[in-house]
This record gives sequence, structure tokens and C-alpha cells, in this order.
Amino acid sequence: MATLEYRQGVGALVAGAVFGLGLSVSGMINPQKVLGFLDLFGDWDPSLVFVMLGGLVVTFFGYRYANGFQKPVNDDSYHSPKSKSIDKRLIIGAVLFGLGWGLSGLCPGPAISGLAVANFKSILFVISMFAGFYAGNVCLNRWP
Amino acid sequence: MSQFTPWSATFGGVLIGLAAVLLYRLNGRVAGISGIASGMLSVNPESKVWNYMFLLGMLLGPFLYAVFTGKLPAIEFNTSHPVIVIAGLLVGLGTKLGSGCTSGHGICGLARLSPRSLVSVFVFMFVAILVVSLV
Repeated sequence: MATLEYRQGVGALVAGAVFGLGLSVSGMINPQKVLGFLDLFGDWDPSLVFVMLGGLVVTFFGYRYANGFQKPVNDDSYHSPKSKSIDKRLIIGAVLFGLGWGLSGLCPGPAISGLAVANFKSILFVISMFAGFYAGNVCLNRWP
Repeated sequence: MSQFTPWSATFGGVLIGLAAVLLYRLNGRVAGISGIASGMLSVNPESKVWNYMFLLGMLLGPFLYAVFTGKLPAIEFNTSHPVIVIAGLLVGLGTKLGSGCTSGHGICGLARLSPRSLVSVFVFMFVAILVVSLV
């Protein structure tokens, strides 16, 4: 039997590929399309609402179905985020993310899948994003 | 700016939801892309093989799209290089501090009916719409 780590890797690869396909089909991989949604008071493109609705309905019922099993296929327990606190950190983080998302039309998923198209700006964004992750780690270590 | 595409948007959203459910049912993990990507930087001794494999899968997604449609998905940027760098830094820092992005809070968190995610989504949507309206 294949090791647990190997099976988790295969599961993640398949899920990641379906995720990237979904970003491509929905057009959300294209930052101009996302900016079209964020341009609520201009030439508004509501497509992102439909992406969210399609994704939410499937995930809502899918999670309920999955939770009917005691444990996931490739692990001993489900790992759901445990934090419940709505604190300064959550809000400041969301504000900074919103600023970056509004400036570029890119969030982490489309940025990473977009690397497949090998655009220089995609690469520049992802490098900057990882620098941001690193800066975030430093902040969280200094001010826990 | 761009055209309204309700059918492909819904179908793409369903695929994203399927991916989130697959990762949860198979590995017991939430499909938060910022968390999976930034997890690569952590020195946690816990195995991170699945993080890399998920990101590799995400890179394959557009090629899978090309297999079905004959072309890679369109990606257009009207943003200048300095703004791309600033935006990337803000997205990385913000999602690290705020523990999630459009996927982790927007899809997975809302599907789990998490109040934290609802607040986060409201704030980042509001700020992003404000930025696009003002800039």
C-alpha cells in the first residue's frame, strides 16, 4: 500500500488541478475580469457573484457530506480552522488584502494558476506575494 | 471592461467547489490558497508535500483547460510593474495576517458558516471595490 504522504500528494494534485481548471473556466484567472467585478459603480461585470454562488453551494453540501465520515480518506482527522476571534489582526489583514486585490485584480489562487501562462507580470506578482507572506511571518513572530 | 459570462462563471465556480470538497474529503484540508502557498515558507517539521502537490496541480489547471478548449485562458494586465509589486506585497502580507483570501474565507469559510470569514469577505470586498472606484 502506498504511504500516507504519497496518497495525500496525489489527492492534493488532483484537487489543485480541478481548482486551476475552475479558475480558468470561470475567467477568474484573468485579473481584468476580476477588476470588472470590482468596478461596481462603472461597467460592472457580475460574473464573480456566479462563481461564488456555484462554489459555495457545492462546498456547503460537500463539506456536510464529508463530515458524515469520521475521518478523511488520507488522514486521521479533519483539519478545520479553529480560531473564532474577530480581532484586529483579521480586520487589518482583510483591509491590506483588499487594497492589493483592488489595485491588481489578483488574489493568491489566480496569481499562482496564472503562472502557467508565463506572463512576466504574473511572475513579478507571485514573487512580491511571497515576500509579503514572509513579511507577515516576521510580523506575527514579533507581535504575536 | 469585461463581458458578463454567467454560465462559464457558474460552471467554473462549481469546479472550484468540487476541488475544495475533494481536498477536504481526501486530505481533511481546507482549500485556502494563501495558506497552502505561505505554508511552503514555514519551518514546521510537519510534512508539506501535499502543499507543493496542490500548487503543482493549480499550475496544471490552465493546461487542462487548453486540452478541452484548444487554447490557454486569457490573462490581461493593464497594471504597471510598480503597482504589481505593491499589490503583491499587500496581498501576501494581508492574507498572512488575516489568515485567508478569496478561497479560504470566501469559499471554504463561508461554506462552513464561519463568522470570521463573513467579516473578512465583507471587509476585503468593500476595500477592493473602493480602490477600483477611486483609482
